[in-house]
Amino acid sequence: MAGKTSGRTLYDKLWDAHVVKDFGDGSALIYIDRHLLHEVTSPQAFEGLRLAHRQPWRLAANLAVPDHNVPTEGRAQGIKDPVSKAQLDALDENCAAFHITKFGLMDRRQGIVHVIGPEQGATLPGMTVVCGDSHTSTHGAFGALATGIGTSEVEHVLATQTLVQKKAENLRVTVRGHVGPGVTAKDIVLAIIGHIGTAGGTGYSIEFAGEAIRALSMEGRMTVCNMTIEAGARAGMVAVDDTTINYVKGRPFAPRGAAWDAAVVAWRDLHSDADAHFDREVVIEAAGIEPQVTWGTSPEMVVPVGGRVPDPAEEKDAVRRNGMTRALQYMALKAGTPMTDITLDKIFIGSCTNARIEDLRAAAAVARGHHVAATIKQAMVVPGSGLVKEQAEKEGLDKIFLDAGFEWREPGCSMCLGMNPDHLSPGERCASTSNRNFEGRQGAGGRTHLVSPAMAAAAAIAGHFVDVRQMQGEAA
Amino acid sequence: MTPFTTITGTAVPLDRSNVDTDAIIPKQYLKSIKRTGFGPYLFDDWRYLDPGDLQTDVKTRRPNPDFVLNRPEHRGATILLARQNFGCGSSREHAVWALANYGFRAVIASSYADIFFSNSFKNGFLPVVLKADEVEQLFQAVAADAAQRITVDLPAQQVRIDGGAAFHFDIDALRKDRLVKGVDEIGETLAHADAIKAYEARRRQAAPWLFAQ
Repeated sequence: MAGKTSGRTLYDKLWDAHVVKDFGDGSALIYIDRHLLHEVTSPQAFEGLRLAHRQPWRLAANLAVPDHNVPTEGRAQGIKDPVSKAQLDALDENCAAFHITKFGLMDRRQGIVHVIGPEQGATLPGMTVVCGDSHTSTHGAFGALATGIGTSEVEHVLATQTLVQKKAENLRVTVRGHVGPGVTAKDIVLAIIGHIGTAGGTGYSIEFAGEAIRALSMEGRMTVCNMTIEAGARAGMVAVDDTTINYVKGRPFAPRGAAWDAAVVAWRDLHSDADAHFDREVVIEAAGIEPQVTWGTSPEMVVPVGGRVPDPAEEKDAVRRNGMTRALQYMALKAGTPMTDITLDKIFIGSCTNARIEDLRAAAAVARGHHVAATIKQAMVVPGSGLVKEQAEKEGLDKIFLDAGFEWREPGCSMCLGMNPDHLSPGERCASTSNRNFEGRQGAGGRTHLVSPAMAAAAAIAGHFVDVRQMQGEAA
Repeated sequence: MTPFTTITGTAVPLDRSNVDTDAIIPKQYLKSIKRTGFGPYLFDDWRYLDPGDLQTDVKTRRPNPDFVLNRPEHRGATILLARQNFGCGSSREHAVWALANYGFRAVIASSYADIFFSNSFKNGFLPVVLKADEVEQLFQAVAADAAQRITVDLPAQQVRIDGGAAFHFDIDALRKDRLVKGVDEIGETLAHADAIKAYEARRRQAAPWLFAQ
């Protein structure tokens, strides 16, 4: 088997442990431990299995949940959109026909696939995790090798429990020191993407390291790994430590008893060796990171909240300059405008990036005792799962949001991509805790600014972007 | 899978970098449970002036005459030209299905996002990587003459401007072989079924918690 015996990175270790067959050209047949499925990218894969008369290789590896299309209100009345309903029905039928475990729409465990995997302990350290969704990189927070795949690969995994993969290069992003108060995991990852660019991680697996990453909770690490794909890398990961192990312990799919003890021993080795070689290293000083806001139509188009919309005229590269000009036109923004002068129409707090309980707590802490500005047409909070929603309600967060004028919804992907009824209308501007500010992402003609949950809540109250640290300062 | 060997045709110049898969095929079309029929919705937000969805007849919609795909001189093109980081964003394979269903057989750009790149090969659709200055020469050739014929020769790993320059491109030997032969990758992997079972047996010993029911 290929692979170095010493001086290996975390990614090298995960890769080596999953090689079924090395093809000798940098690619290998890689075993897949966990396969998560949702309704959008799986129907054609199941159809492919049927056409070829193939069966899933190992049923217990699969876990399915509907999330992209699901309505976030009035669920008991069923799904109004017949096309969305057909896709959810297809997931139900396929999972029933092939005996795949599924959390249905009315199951309290239903939620965004990248929220429920970790929540259930279905994502474990040392696993290979795949899903037909690019934000599968989220699960790398557990010291797992987690990658998004296309539908043909979904079918391949179902049929063979493997994927033909080309080994990526190793990139370590070290966030040195500690971030200041009011600066979150979302700001860290947006700052990283702003630094290395939206294609900066292409061809690499990224390991996030440094004190600022170690200091993050598992939920914060998931937020960082979630947006790895926005930096172009298919996989992002964080080494296992006590934070990881404490989070996993006792979750429904996690091992127990003697199996737990054995697993913990194995997981303790899931870190890069001190003498491991990285093909590329990037170091960022945590102290320099401020709350971030995107201004354009790519996640790399990001500035600190105290900054201004950049001027394309100052960009030397012609292709980049054209991209900036087009982005400003689409976003209806003028170069030089202070970010805090930008007013919003809608607020979205949710998505696989930022819809976990700590995200909701952070947003609620800002919203408490305030009210959404009169100029905001809609402010939505969409929990990442039914269990996140239950927990939030137990803590009274729903009440805080409702009192402040936010809508409190049922779990799902919602306005991150607007496949369900939640979306932006043409020209509407949104402060969103999601992961993509592409043209039309949240609705045709919609304008998205990516921010942290606390920054989104602050923008909802002010009606425009505001440095959340000022509001937090007032409250203290 | 449709094999890919050599194609000759005209090209559509899409002069943008970071073309994301949301732009290639917007979300409302991902509700389809089929692999086919996405061609009319390719670049939907740019291509039409009015909104659409799966239930709207495209014939009733207003095409955007300024969008490059709608210009009469680019009808029937089989090659798409673009800039760096083509296909970034979502893993939706629908992006490749839409490009192929529209009639494109290949895209030429200076770089691609990883997931789009690997999805392409599963669908007989070739993403060619050329150097940025070579891509620029192709843009110039097409700007000078929209009817300029271009050949993408996979066996020879070459892009040729008919009557002009030729550019070499690199590609993984295994990927090239699979594409030229139109291999069923799942069938190919199942030929290693014994190796997969042997791996599982070893792994079950070392990490039994991964195989819990």
